[in-house]
Amino acid sequence: MKQLLKNRTLRVTFYAFLLAALMLVTFTTVFAQDTTPTDDEVNAIAKQLYCPVCENTPLDVCPTEACHQWRELIRQQLAEGKTEEEIKQYFVDNYGARVLSEPPRTGLNWLVYILPPVLILAGAFILFRSFREWSKPKAVESGEGPEEEAGTSSDDEYIARLEQELKNRK
Amino acid sequence: MLAEFGYGILLVSFIVTLYSGFAAVIGVRNKSASLVESARRAQLLTFPLISIAAGTLIYLLVNNHFEVSFVYEVTSRSMPTYLKVTAWWGGQAGSMVFWAWLLAVFTSAVTIRKWERDIEFLPWVIVVSSVTLAFFLGMVVVFENPFTRYWSMNGSVVTSMFAPSSAATVFTPQDGQGLNPLLRHPGMVIHPPMLYLGFVSFVIPYAFAMAALITGRNDDRWIRITRRWALWAWLFLSLGLVLGGRWAYDVLGWGGYWGWDPVEIAAFMPWLTGTAFLHSVMIQEKRGMLKQWNMILIILTYALVIFGTFLTRSGVLSSVHAFANSPIGPWFMTFVFLTLIASIALVIKRWPDLRGETEMKSLLSREALFLLNNLLFLGVLVICFWGVIYPLISELFTGQKVTVGPPYYERATGPLFAGLLFLMAVAPLSAWGHSTLQTLGRAIWKSAAIAVAATVAIFFTYTQNVYALIGFFLVALVLSATTHEILRGAMARQKAQSENFFIALGRLMGRNRRRYGGYIIHISMALMAIGILGIEIFQVQTQGQLSAGESLDIGGYRVEYREVAQWDNVPQEVNYTRAVVGVYRGDKYLGELYPRKDMYFSGQPMSIPGQYSTLRDDLYVLLVDWEPISSTSATFKIYVNPLVNWLWIGAVTFLLGLAFAAWPDRDPADEPVRRKVHAGNRQTSAAD
Repeated sequence: MKQLLKNRTLRVTFYAFLLAALMLVTFTTVFAQDTTPTDDEVNAIAKQLYCPVCENTPLDVCPTEACHQWRELIRQQLAEGKTEEEIKQYFVDNYGARVLSEPPRTGLNWLVYILPPVLILAGAFILFRSFREWSKPKAVESGEGPEEEAGTSSDDEYIARLEQELKNRK
Repeated sequence: MLAEFGYGILLVSFIVTLYSGFAAVIGVRNKSASLVESARRAQLLTFPLISIAAGTLIYLLVNNHFEVSFVYEVTSRSMPTYLKVTAWWGGQAGSMVFWAWLLAVFTSAVTIRKWERDIEFLPWVIVVSSVTLAFFLGMVVVFENPFTRYWSMNGSVVTSMFAPSSAATVFTPQDGQGLNPLLRHPGMVIHPPMLYLGFVSFVIPYAFAMAALITGRNDDRWIRITRRWALWAWLFLSLGLVLGGRWAYDVLGWGGYWGWDPVEIAAFMPWLTGTAFLHSVMIQEKRGMLKQWNMILIILTYALVIFGTFLTRSGVLSSVHAFANSPIGPWFMTFVFLTLIASIALVIKRWPDLRGETEMKSLLSREALFLLNNLLFLGVLVICFWGVIYPLISELFTGQKVTVGPPYYERATGPLFAGLLFLMAVAPLSAWGHSTLQTLGRAIWKSAAIAVAATVAIFFTYTQNVYALIGFFLVALVLSATTHEILRGAMARQKAQSENFFIALGRLMGRNRRRYGGYIIHISMALMAIGILGIEIFQVQTQGQLSAGESLDIGGYRVEYREVAQWDNVPQEVNYTRAVVGVYRGDKYLGELYPRKDMYFSGQPMSIPGQYSTLRDDLYVLLVDWEPISSTSATFKIYVNPLVNWLWIGAVTFLLGLAFAAWPDRDPADEPVRRKVHAGNRQTSAAD
């Protein structure tokens, strides 16, 4: 337990340190524009973008030379003090919406976000209606016979017997 | 000469398949036993015929017949023989022959074994299978001919099956292009056939379902006959998906196993409907309900199998133009569309006959929860399908190209997967026919208490992330509820039969393999969920340039750069760059890792990560860049993927559980049929 606590303290210290370092880094990129942004800062943005010429390859893992240069472009823009949003916008302006990992929420694209939930809710509604439909005639014979509980196949009879044994034991 | 022979055999197979389909239809219509028998023999003939064509293709592949364009595209002299053989499915034309061959094998297996017993269905099974087979053979014969050759004519090279003019001579390139090196990984060599085994096996239950609709037999006979086919199909499809994921993790070098790529989703979609199908057929077997719904599920699965076959190979969903330019694209879509329409029309025609024999009694009964499970699986399907299709729609209507990537799928499917986990814990505890909150609560409260305790422990020791905690709670609930259910049964049997506990457990599970195989699968799913939660929520990464002796710290590890070396492997046509890094955890030295960058002479790069793998996490080191001459520094990208090994462990136990459930013993079709449920009303006559 002590070991665990120690590890935990260590970890908390580590994260606090990381946070401080991160804040320092942000601070320095904003105010001291001549420092070179780190690979991690570049990747953080590249991860949200897609290679403009390959099929379905995120920019941060794309191995091609072209992507390497695009990542350098992100670094350069970061060094110039541009924000994440500005850089992403730059890529959208130059290479189209396909560089974003999701369609922008405009116009027809809303369909991407709206259709699946609507269909699923419709499915749920139909299912619920069917349940109501199915259980209506039941009103007459709603006596809760315990023999109803088990199914009718031999498997279930076996299990029901097991469960009966279990009950008797207690 | 051999190429013409192979093509000729394919052509003959195509004609024989067409004959088999027509003869079966006319034979049944005219009640001509001899014509039906003739159809059956024609069907059986397709297997040796396609085998000969495939054998010819393999002979050409192995013996470097580069005058055949397919051989040129997928093999090269330097490739070992086994890779040349497996190059059979390394390109589109060959893989379609492979698909057709598998279908011929499976259909023959069905018609040869139980012809007398299943005579009422089999002529129609032959028809459905022949239509599918004829479609694939037709595509191969007309558009994707693997035997097409190169011809030199007037100084230029053209591709054609036969001599384009009398002056043309066969042109043989010195060497082939060779299989894409990414595909030479052992995982990738067996991944496509597993996927195809799964795809094609699903055609058999579909064919029987159609036969049941056509003949008007509305009981669960078709489900019993094909239960094992569906299970094996599901096994191979799952194996294919898992192998693909592992391959991506080991070879693609992006620190993950699943990227929600359209090609991956194409293979995932039939798995979703297939999973829903495997669950909901149980309701039909036990309760005689949901007949219409099961038909729809197997039809959807079939359509998605054809769609998936097409997508995984051609990748034509990348753009509208690629689709329009692909010679087979429109044909595939037309085929999927027509078979879908025809199948749905049959279901509608039989709709009144397919009414349930019993009523749904309670919202908490097992059948109701199974339906909810179906809703969730189809919900995931809708998200996947729409996500894959939407970029095409967008391009078509607005001209705007968009990407639908992982964030979309993860956000949309996350809650549905959580719901599935919850059902996985609860549904097995509910009773068929009738359950109340009380009975269900009584069955689950102990497991729920254990899950809550586990979640609290995780909260204090591991994470405070809300999503992760919900996920871990559900995982714990599945694990404890399922284990409890298994133990409860074993203990009851131990008591009842006065057996040793382990013997009781073994006999209990052995006597009802589908149920307990299913439980093992549920437990495995929970284990896999641990891995997925780990990598999705807790993955950390860093990248940096290191000089010799310098190190990067990440997730408790320290990775120290030592050296990098570069050399050519001429026979393999590849240049290796291999880095050596030392790995420490705290002060403890754990050993060396060797991340590699392989540059094939063809220009294809490949990143092989160095992995230090434990149950706690994977340290995954990629060599990104280096200084070519001095080798004094190199850039590494490092991921720490917590808990990801549980994904692979779960995948292995999943496959074991599935094999346990599917292993042949008594044929399900010979089992005593479920006694009729006397619900009193709307009894349809199923026995005639």
